[in-house]
Amino acid sequence: MRVAAVMARYVLKRLLSAIPTLFVIVTLAFFLMRVAPGGPFNQEKGLNPVIKANLERVFHLDQPLWKQYLIYLNNLIHGDFGPSYNLPDFTVAELFSSGLPISIQLGGAALVLALLLGGLLGIFAALHQNRAGDYTVIAAATAGSTIPTFVIAPLFQLFFALTLKWLPVGGWGDGALVNKIGPVLTLMLPQLAIVARLLRGSMIESLRSHHIRTARALGLSDFSVVFRHALRGAVLPVISYAGPAAAALLTGSIIVETIFSIPGVGRYFVEAALNRDYTLVMGTVVVIAIFTIVFNLIVDVLYAVVDPRVRYD
Amino acid sequence: MFRTTIKGWLAGAALLALTASGACAEVVFNRGNSADPESLDPHKTSTTYEANILRDLFMGLMVQNAKAEVEPGAAESYSVSPDGKTYTFKMRQGALWSDGTPVTADDFVFSWRRLVDPATAAEYAYMLAPVVNAEDITAGKKKPEELGVRAVDPGTFEVTLNAATPYFLEMLTHQSTYALSKPNVEKFGADFVKPGNLVSNGAYVLKEFIPNDHITAVRNDKFYDAANVKIDVVDFIPTEDRSTAMKRFEAGELDSNDDLPTEQLADLKAKFGDQIHIGPYLGTYYYAFKLDKAPWDNVRLRHAVSMAIDRDYLAEKVWQNTMLPAYSFVPPGISGYQPRPAVYASQSQLDREDEARKILTELGYGPDKPLKMEIRFNTSENHKNTAVAIQEQLKPLGIEVTLLNTDTKTHYAHLEQHGDFDIARAGWIADYKDPENFLALCKTGTGNNYSGYSDKDYDRLMGEAAAAATPDARMLALSDAEAIGVARDLCVVPLLFYSYHNLVSSRIKGWEQNVMDVHPTRYLTKE
Repeated sequence: MRVAAVMARYVLKRLLSAIPTLFVIVTLAFFLMRVAPGGPFNQEKGLNPVIKANLERVFHLDQPLWKQYLIYLNNLIHGDFGPSYNLPDFTVAELFSSGLPISIQLGGAALVLALLLGGLLGIFAALHQNRAGDYTVIAAATAGSTIPTFVIAPLFQLFFALTLKWLPVGGWGDGALVNKIGPVLTLMLPQLAIVARLLRGSMIESLRSHHIRTARALGLSDFSVVFRHALRGAVLPVISYAGPAAAALLTGSIIVETIFSIPGVGRYFVEAALNRDYTLVMGTVVVIAIFTIVFNLIVDVLYAVVDPRVRYD
Repeated sequence: MFRTTIKGWLAGAALLALTASGACAEVVFNRGNSADPESLDPHKTSTTYEANILRDLFMGLMVQNAKAEVEPGAAESYSVSPDGKTYTFKMRQGALWSDGTPVTADDFVFSWRRLVDPATAAEYAYMLAPVVNAEDITAGKKKPEELGVRAVDPGTFEVTLNAATPYFLEMLTHQSTYALSKPNVEKFGADFVKPGNLVSNGAYVLKEFIPNDHITAVRNDKFYDAANVKIDVVDFIPTEDRSTAMKRFEAGELDSNDDLPTEQLADLKAKFGDQIHIGPYLGTYYYAFKLDKAPWDNVRLRHAVSMAIDRDYLAEKVWQNTMLPAYSFVPPGISGYQPRPAVYASQSQLDREDEARKILTELGYGPDKPLKMEIRFNTSENHKNTAVAIQEQLKPLGIEVTLLNTDTKTHYAHLEQHGDFDIARAGWIADYKDPENFLALCKTGTGNNYSGYSDKDYDRLMGEAAAAATPDARMLALSDAEAIGVARDLCVVPLLFYSYHNLVSSRIKGWEQNVMDVHPTRYLTKE
């Protein structure tokens, strides 16, 4: 009971400390973005100065920068991310509410699968250290983590969509399962490879430790030794990796979303920055920052759960 | 228990069969469009991607038919005053908005005032520049109510122009001049563009818009010619990744796409045959010298560099014949206009290079004093390949070329602010089929005049063209202007003419190739 209360206080403290962190991130991002030359209304067909001035007035870009910053901050505190400059039919909030659930679904499924399958492969390799099974897993994992997604994705489309005709080439298809398979597997593969290699390494170390030798000496079953005792110690590096990885996966991937024509939010970070769509860039920064903060917190909490030596009081 | 299950299955199967047959009866056109629209508010749009969608949703006073010829649209007929300054449009009898209310002259008055109103901040407000007071209103000097338009009665719309404008009717096919339903905009405010709210007067109405996924438009049964619209549903699918678009076309997920990965053209031609459509398009890819900077203020030097660029090589090797070599700024294909290419257009590349060498030697450039030139371009694989090819072509003449690429926003901000450069890449796609649309770029002080060109004779001829009494005299003045500004002075260095390159399924009929690359869905059928 006391442990739970300490933990709750810790989580609350961390969440509160996230507010100044977010503030610093927003401020830095706001001013850094304005250092980049050009603005949202520079384009191949240059605008007539009168029209450009009208546009800048409508979007408050004619105000001094500090004033724009205060306006933005004030809106942000009221939950208003503003309209997108380059997609004025939508507010930034609307773009995220339509795209973020999609990115979360794909990234979440990829993460869970990567942890499960990658975990099993890592354990398998550790138990067969320096044998054929181990070498196969390591070779596959090395390949998996080095082949870039922009190679895997088109190959995947060629094979499963055009040759076998099992899956569609791309599109969201209103969320049909067949449309999710390609992007999820493409997102999953590199993560799976990394998880397998991480867990293999830490598992080998864990299997050599004194408490595992003791457990074996006490005659515990192989299953119990591996999954209840060795895994507990070995899983820590995977947890610290999975936190930031989850934040990155759930906020979408521009490559996977573009190649599979998925309407997620992964594309916004790069596209908005290139288009100088200031409000959309800020929205993306805030969302990614929140995800990163939350997942780092989850990692720290899981540490305490897994490793009784870690205490937060 | 068992029987009921079987019954359930049978009922389910019957239902499935019914929906399947229903789906077959509905003709759906999956139309690949390079990008999502920035907006569906016609007054806030500027790109061809938006034009493709809005052309289906709305109908301007004039429309383009399947061959991109201008025809009466929301107006049934029109008359022009003898001085060419007053246009009187008779609204089409029985033309309705998708909510069933009639399209009136008042809607056009409201919409055109909205377009030029500085509060709308419309990028294409200048499309109405020929109309009395339009420019002053956009500049905030006059009120929108002072625009030279008036509803004589609900069925008659009258426009007064500053001067006779021969391309005015052509401009009325542009999406920025479309009308919106006044009660609709007033009811929903900025949200009038959302699916379910948007009321339009074209062959289709907006049903769904999922950003980066699809825009669905369904047949508008209130459209005056709905009986002749054969495709029931159009899905506009953004296809940013062109390679994926090709695969989706191959898998039957797309019926057409408005772009191709040109670097794969040979393979695509082998695979898709005559489903690939390539033809000249009204656009020019050019470089601009910074004319107020030595040594580029020397016109002979500019010509030497221009002559040394092998445009045939660029078109064939770099662009795989999806571009055509250009020696004039105005592309061919505008009826009544004779482009004025540079004199060396008819020479062989070898002769041009000899000539270029001669000029460079005369100007004192040689191994001891090499000419140095930096090419500035916006990031793109094709722009880079073009610049690298030019770098290689100029090397044998002793011209040392360096390359500088920046992202699109940085590039154009730099050019607009008249930053320092030697030569820079730009392009121009026509908004309407008229040479003036290109040649205005070389007028003194124009926003897109990146080279900073200024010539009295050029400006005078452009003025003469604007005031010309007959279309022939006008075209002649424009042509003379091009001969001075482009062929003689190289206010721009034309390199290539754009071409359109579409992929259209053989199941789609009625796709007429045209220089504007305009293909309204209402004229298409799908087998």
